[in-house]
Amino acid sequence: MTRDESKLLYAATHEWAAIEGESGDRVATIGISGFAIEQLNDLVYMDLPEVGRSVAPGEEFGEVESVKAVSPMYSPVAGEVLEVHSELPDQLEKLNDDPINFGWMIKVRLSSDEGIDQLMDHEAYQKQCAESQ
Amino acid sequence: MSNQLAQSPLDRWHREAGARMVPFAGYDMPLQYSSIVAEHEACRTRAALFDVSHMGRIRFDGEGSEQLLDHLLTRRVSGMPVGAVRYALICNSDGGVLDDVLVSHLETPSGQRYHLMVVNASNHKKILSWVTAQLDDFPKVTVSDRTQLTAMIAVQGPLAMAAIGRLFRFDPTRLQYYRATITDQFSKPVILSRTGYTGEDGVELIVRAEDAPRVWENVMLAGREHGFVAAGLGARDTLRMEAAMPLYGHELDEIIDPLTAGLRFACTLKDRAFIGDSALREIDRSGPAKKRIGLLPEGKRPARQGCEVLDVNGDSIGVVTSGGPSPTLGKPIAMAFVSAHHADDSEFKIDIRGKTVRAMPTPLPFYQRPST
Repeated sequence: MTRDESKLLYAATHEWAAIEGESGDRVATIGISGFAIEQLNDLVYMDLPEVGRSVAPGEEFGEVESVKAVSPMYSPVAGEVLEVHSELPDQLEKLNDDPINFGWMIKVRLSSDEGIDQLMDHEAYQKQCAESQ
Repeated sequence: MSNQLAQSPLDRWHREAGARMVPFAGYDMPLQYSSIVAEHEACRTRAALFDVSHMGRIRFDGEGSEQLLDHLLTRRVSGMPVGAVRYALICNSDGGVLDDVLVSHLETPSGQRYHLMVVNASNHKKILSWVTAQLDDFPKVTVSDRTQLTAMIAVQGPLAMAAIGRLFRFDPTRLQYYRATITDQFSKPVILSRTGYTGEDGVELIVRAEDAPRVWENVMLAGREHGFVAAGLGARDTLRMEAAMPLYGHELDEIIDPLTAGLRFACTLKDRAFIGDSALREIDRSGPAKKRIGLLPEGKRPARQGCEVLDVNGDSIGVVTSGGPSPTLGKPIAMAFVSAHHADDSEFKIDIRGKTVRAMPTPLPFYQRPST
């Protein structure tokens, strides 16, 4: 199944979230946007969390490092890390081509709705990116 | 929104080429045009053009110039023949480094001789006032800041010299390493200097600001079939790091003396008087307390400036001054100051933001161009 970027939710800090499932058993798949990856450029390192770690909205769940700088990545949602895309840090070059399918980083089982109302839809996020250029 | 940022005479070219511009030492300069790694590799394998107009260019004219420079610098300027270029430090009286500079002795076509000093952009104003404060003792010396009136372009890489050979009246391949001359490019005056900051062969050009776009374009055209690219500050930093060249604010500052920084070769201490000389002689006698070393952190995660260096037992013995991925080696590299009695340890550790990685020492530089 291919994700549709226009259906994703976005944090102001450039993470995207795809929330699936029924209420009570919802899972958010999380990554960072193509815009952020292009801005970072020349990625060299990525640190992802362990399965089982709990995250809160705005809490750092990992970091991504380019030739020039280190950038923290923040969880857009609250919950527990269910799955980690552990092959991704060894294939960072593929992140450029497909940030929202191959480029998923973690899956989080939601513990509440906390943080979700802070997220933007695709249109609002694109507007933010255009303004920051 | 360029809030008082100065612009390079090549600003328009950079923007049209799609460069990502960043504020640097009061200038709006290109960080990269495409990818830092691609620009780095182009410089190592072909050649790259760098706009380094933000660097300060200060001219010394008149009787006593050599004596003034001798008073300011860790190496002798008097007796330098016309055409010579010298790397030296400007120190405070404690031996701390105010800046690292290049001084050239030049002669205009009309026979007028002068000295030109190229200083770091971040230290430009500080050095100008430092120099001006000494002028009372050297009343016949005129110091003029040439930075705004000129542009500076570095052309660096293994194919640089061959490709630009016919662009100037004076064939640059006849210029030896660390030599400079005044020539012209289609009647536009050019200071041509066989120097650089990448570890590659090449030249640095100083031209009039109004001529800069034409000269830049002409070098680009001459290099087109050789695959020349424009490169930004990002690649300039990774290139100089591989070549283990110090950068002010990293390996050098007002607390670090040149001997500790591993720049003994740039200090002539015998039979000389200059600002900081007695402090440096004392450090030379007792030996520096710290030493600059090269490290190869294990894994892919780069250690950056400020990361703590530990000995094998986990005790703090130093700090990383510059670090990042090395595109040429394909792994992270780091330079660090460690206490002198640990400088020859066979293994180190680095604390990278809370995670400790092993790091093996390696001789500097990390990269040396193949000898030709």
